[in-house]
Amino acid sequence: MFNLFKKKTLPSSVQDASYADFGFLVFENTSEVIQAERLLKSKGWNISVKGPPPEIQSGCDLVIQFPLIEQLNILRFLEKSLIEPLQVVPVAGPMLKPVDLFQVKDLGDFLMVRAANMKLTVEKQTTLIVNISGGGCPDVPYLACEMVGKPLFSCPRPLDIGHTLCGYALGLAFEEMQKRCSQ
Amino acid sequence: MLAIAGTVPDPDPGLMIGRVDLVNNMIRLDGRSVPVNRGTPALLGAVVQTLKVFGETDIQGFLANDTGLGTGSRRLYQYLVDEAALSGISTLVFHYLQPDVDWHHKILFKLNEMADKPVMIADAGFMYAAKMSGQAKDYDLFTPDAGELAFLADEMAPHPFYTRGFILQTDNRVTDLVQRAYAHENAAQYLLVKGSTDYIMDQTGLLFSVDSPSVESMEAIGGTGDTLTGIVTALISTGMAIPKAAYAAAKINRVAGFYADPTPATQVIEMIAQIPRAVETVLKEDHGGSS
Repeated sequence: MFNLFKKKTLPSSVQDASYADFGFLVFENTSEVIQAERLLKSKGWNISVKGPPPEIQSGCDLVIQFPLIEQLNILRFLEKSLIEPLQVVPVAGPMLKPVDLFQVKDLGDFLMVRAANMKLTVEKQTTLIVNISGGGCPDVPYLACEMVGKPLFSCPRPLDIGHTLCGYALGLAFEEMQKRCSQ
Repeated sequence: MLAIAGTVPDPDPGLMIGRVDLVNNMIRLDGRSVPVNRGTPALLGAVVQTLKVFGETDIQGFLANDTGLGTGSRRLYQYLVDEAALSGISTLVFHYLQPDVDWHHKILFKLNEMADKPVMIADAGFMYAAKMSGQAKDYDLFTPDAGELAFLADEMAPHPFYTRGFILQTDNRVTDLVQRAYAHENAAQYLLVKGSTDYIMDQTGLLFSVDSPSVESMEAIGGTGDTLTGIVTALISTGMAIPKAAYAAAKINRVAGFYADPTPATQVIEMIAQIPRAVETVLKEDHGGSS
């Protein structure tokens, strides 16, 4: 099934593992890069402007390198500031895409949706969120405190109040659950 | 001594350092009380409840308040690197901490310098950082669930959110994914993979698997993976060999779930309450596993 013993060569951008937990924000033009850099730095984020790796085919000649784990928080901030990137990619693999595979499990009176490492469970009849499990970033327990016991269609959205990629994955599971429960 | 480093969701910026107790279903640490629902408090609750059976109460907690911004985690990393906090610790588990490769390097450097390096266990965010750093094999045990195992098996993914679909799909066998994680040096010396069947594996392959008692609703309950990590950590701290501890912990977690008779809406504290009884049940049995 897998080619287990052939070690892949990582892209040049990740030869140094210190950058493995960073991502690139790709913008339409340089003036957006400069504006986004100024705004993000003013909020204290650890970012820097770089040249794009060859795998990135869109955008201008500069990208912003940022802590990938904070993707959700940074994108929300840029959206509010009306400077949205064309693309967000991990430094470790610019061709990697966010998870789009959902596992759905029917547990009788309950329905569970899993996205990547995050699981969300609702009671079918009431659509109350009864549990959140999985994940490893510190906003997961926080999100669970804010969401468990609340109705699926009126509780805070993880994409609005989460901060990390685990929060992002929970947000995708949440949207998939809303889709399924509104059918 | 056993120590746990992790986070709790509280906007208060201070660290909580000190001896851990479980009082009236709340974790007590450094003069503060923390509810046990999931995450590191669930792990701490399971550690306390497991060690209670052994008459052991000396448990050290290093907790930061962090709701996902990473500030609290970085404050705790700084504390662990700067202070002599880690000396005298024989078993150390890292848990829900903001993944940060740079800080991971500093912590690991400090631990590798110690004359008596503790048994090192990583789960959740710190396990992500350990994998991303390329230094996973410096750890004695990782405790991933299915989604996290796929992430360990994907040599390109910097976080489970970016795990490639062909690895994430459910028809991949756990043993194949584990082999792939070892082939790319993205696994600890031992893996305890949590799921409908729990697998205890190392580089040589499958050591044990545990699939009973089977309590399907446990998968939906937040914190049941954290309790398993807590139980195995506690057993290792008593001197039990890692594979045997992982096998016993998988059984204990399931038996505690069975005793709690949960639905998918049950909260993990109900299961934690059953851990001492489950420990006694399992340790009385023969520890031979199926492999």
